[in-house]
Amino acid sequence: MSADVTTPAGQFPDSAGHFGRFGGRFVPEALVAALDELDAAYRKAMTDEEFLAEFAALLRDYAGTPSLLYPAGRFSAKIGARVLLKREDLNHTGAHKVRNVLGQALLTRRMGKRRVIAETGAGQHGVATATAAALFDLDCVVYMGEVDTERQALNVARMRMLGATVIPVTTGSRTLKDAMNEAMRDWVANVDDTHYLIGTAAGPHPFPEMVRDFVRGIGDEARQQCLDLTGGLPDAVLACVGGGSNALGIFHAFVPDTDVRLYGFEAGGDGVDTDRHAASITGGTPGVLHGARTYVLQNADGQTVESHSISAGLDYPGVGPEHAWLHDSGRARYQPVTDREAMAAFELLCRTEGIIPAIESAHALAGAVQIAPQLAAELGREPLLVVNLSGRGDKDVHTAGEYFGILDKEQ
Amino acid sequence: MSRIGVAFDKARADGRAVLVGCMPAGFPTVEGSIAAMTAMVEAGVDVIEVEIPYSDPVMDGPVIQKASDIALAGGVRTADTLRIIEAVAATGAPVVTMTYWNPIEQYGVDAFARDLAAAGGTGLITPDLIPDEAGEWLAASDAYGLDRTFLVSPSSTDARLRMTVEHCRGFVYATAIMGVTGARSQTSDAAPVLVSRLREVTELPVGVGLGVGTGAQAATVAGYADGVIVGSALIRRLLDAPDLDAGLAALRTLSAELAEGVRNPTR
Repeated sequence: MSADVTTPAGQFPDSAGHFGRFGGRFVPEALVAALDELDAAYRKAMTDEEFLAEFAALLRDYAGTPSLLYPAGRFSAKIGARVLLKREDLNHTGAHKVRNVLGQALLTRRMGKRRVIAETGAGQHGVATATAAALFDLDCVVYMGEVDTERQALNVARMRMLGATVIPVTTGSRTLKDAMNEAMRDWVANVDDTHYLIGTAAGPHPFPEMVRDFVRGIGDEARQQCLDLTGGLPDAVLACVGGGSNALGIFHAFVPDTDVRLYGFEAGGDGVDTDRHAASITGGTPGVLHGARTYVLQNADGQTVESHSISAGLDYPGVGPEHAWLHDSGRARYQPVTDREAMAAFELLCRTEGIIPAIESAHALAGAVQIAPQLAAELGREPLLVVNLSGRGDKDVHTAGEYFGILDKEQ
Repeated sequence: MSRIGVAFDKARADGRAVLVGCMPAGFPTVEGSIAAMTAMVEAGVDVIEVEIPYSDPVMDGPVIQKASDIALAGGVRTADTLRIIEAVAATGAPVVTMTYWNPIEQYGVDAFARDLAAAGGTGLITPDLIPDEAGEWLAASDAYGLDRTFLVSPSSTDARLRMTVEHCRGFVYATAIMGVTGARSQTSDAAPVLVSRLREVTELPVGVGLGVGTGAQAATVAGYADGVIVGSALIRRLLDAPDLDAGLAALRTLSAELAEGVRNPTR
């Protein structure tokens, strides 16, 4: 618990999953054996040539990575920064999530388990999990808050087409955190034959570290692509942060590059000064939620409070513990982006580049709009930004249509 | 020895098990929960387990979730829980607190231990705090003379059983099944196995919980365990009742049935 927060993140967490004072395992004893089994399988896999080759082949031949690093010229001209978009939206299933689920599905098979369960907010992780389950012939149950099943009906249909059972969760705030509670309850009861395929770099050890390692290819690719394209490293790397896997995925390779600024943009909802936001780091306090110590939106008694974001995938009152630690150490900076700012950036990317981003990723684009002028002033030149376009916006078209008032009346 | 330890010793001398009854603080109201716990003591429950309601109770099934939601919607605070503990402890029954970890961390671990001891509480049952993460609580419980009940599970390895009981004081909580709280129609086959594994590594009394809801089940569990822990079945009596008085009457009836069960262990 006494980790030096100035140490680069590459050496973290410690063997018990602590990122400084964050992380760890705050779980029922019933899950400890399964977490230990997973930890052992994961560590063995990460040094196993056969596993690594199989994972690499799936990422290349099935998921379609490495994803492009695209110089978004017209968007760049509008915001006063040179923007390179990491096109994770082009991956199979439409987001960075596929990297994590392929890694965990391979592990599930290695552990001899026949069933996977998952929680999902926007449905992207649920779709990715259902996809991997179909590919690996695993039974799949996805827990999804009832509120989210309504605002992401298309993804519910996709999961069912892929053979998954989708269970709407009607407890609590009926969103992502409650879906995670139900998945944990399922796991405690069925841990013998079931792997809980957590969708972000949160939860008890080893999930934050393992998920980061499965998605770190985003940053490994982007760093090399940026060098190839520009001959240097970017001034800043930007990503949206809900649970935080896409951000850690793109940050990780750049953490030792101390000249590269790392920015995480949280869902500011109506504003962090209101009670309707999902900005756990900028608007929350340290606490324990879903198996780890991290920043949490909570009241003085430690009861989790409801989060709000127009983006279902960021609508979560906690954040992965490595982000909490990167924040405390100052290595990464976290700022809120409001619904309004995110939707403005969403529209801007649609109109300038012909790319419809996920509303989650639009928070990172809005972040680029926010920081471009101050960074340009600081550097005395046009800044070079790598922005993680973590997912595509097909699933969000209805939400965006309502927001911009462009749907025909009968729709 | 702690008051819980005394209760277990006395029951053991009488050839029976201790009956532990659980109720969320502030359910259905602060005063209502005091009335409910008092009624349980009067009807033969030996030890009262006061659960601090929490927004994200991942070890609890639908009954305790619902009761916790009602308590939280009613505005119960952690400070109210301490007041409830004090009132129930005044009946003379030992009162142990069951809590998820975050409410304690936010109150302040040392401050909560101090105030719990002052309220007459005997200690904590911590469903999502394992000894591995419990440094602060180990120190605070030592400082204020409180018991520590960690959970063990059928999936715990022998090494973890040994490690966990070394950090327990008062009694150890054996979860009878792999799953969440809630009454079940059959008692578990895994529980007796887990209890006999515990006997090999500790002299501490063993309480068995998860799934017990009838006098007959209580008698079965009393046949191999030192304590029988009942929550959801008792809470359901209040949830299903048309009003508090009817709920308290139903609670007394079930408490008496369970108390009879632990006095007639099936061996």
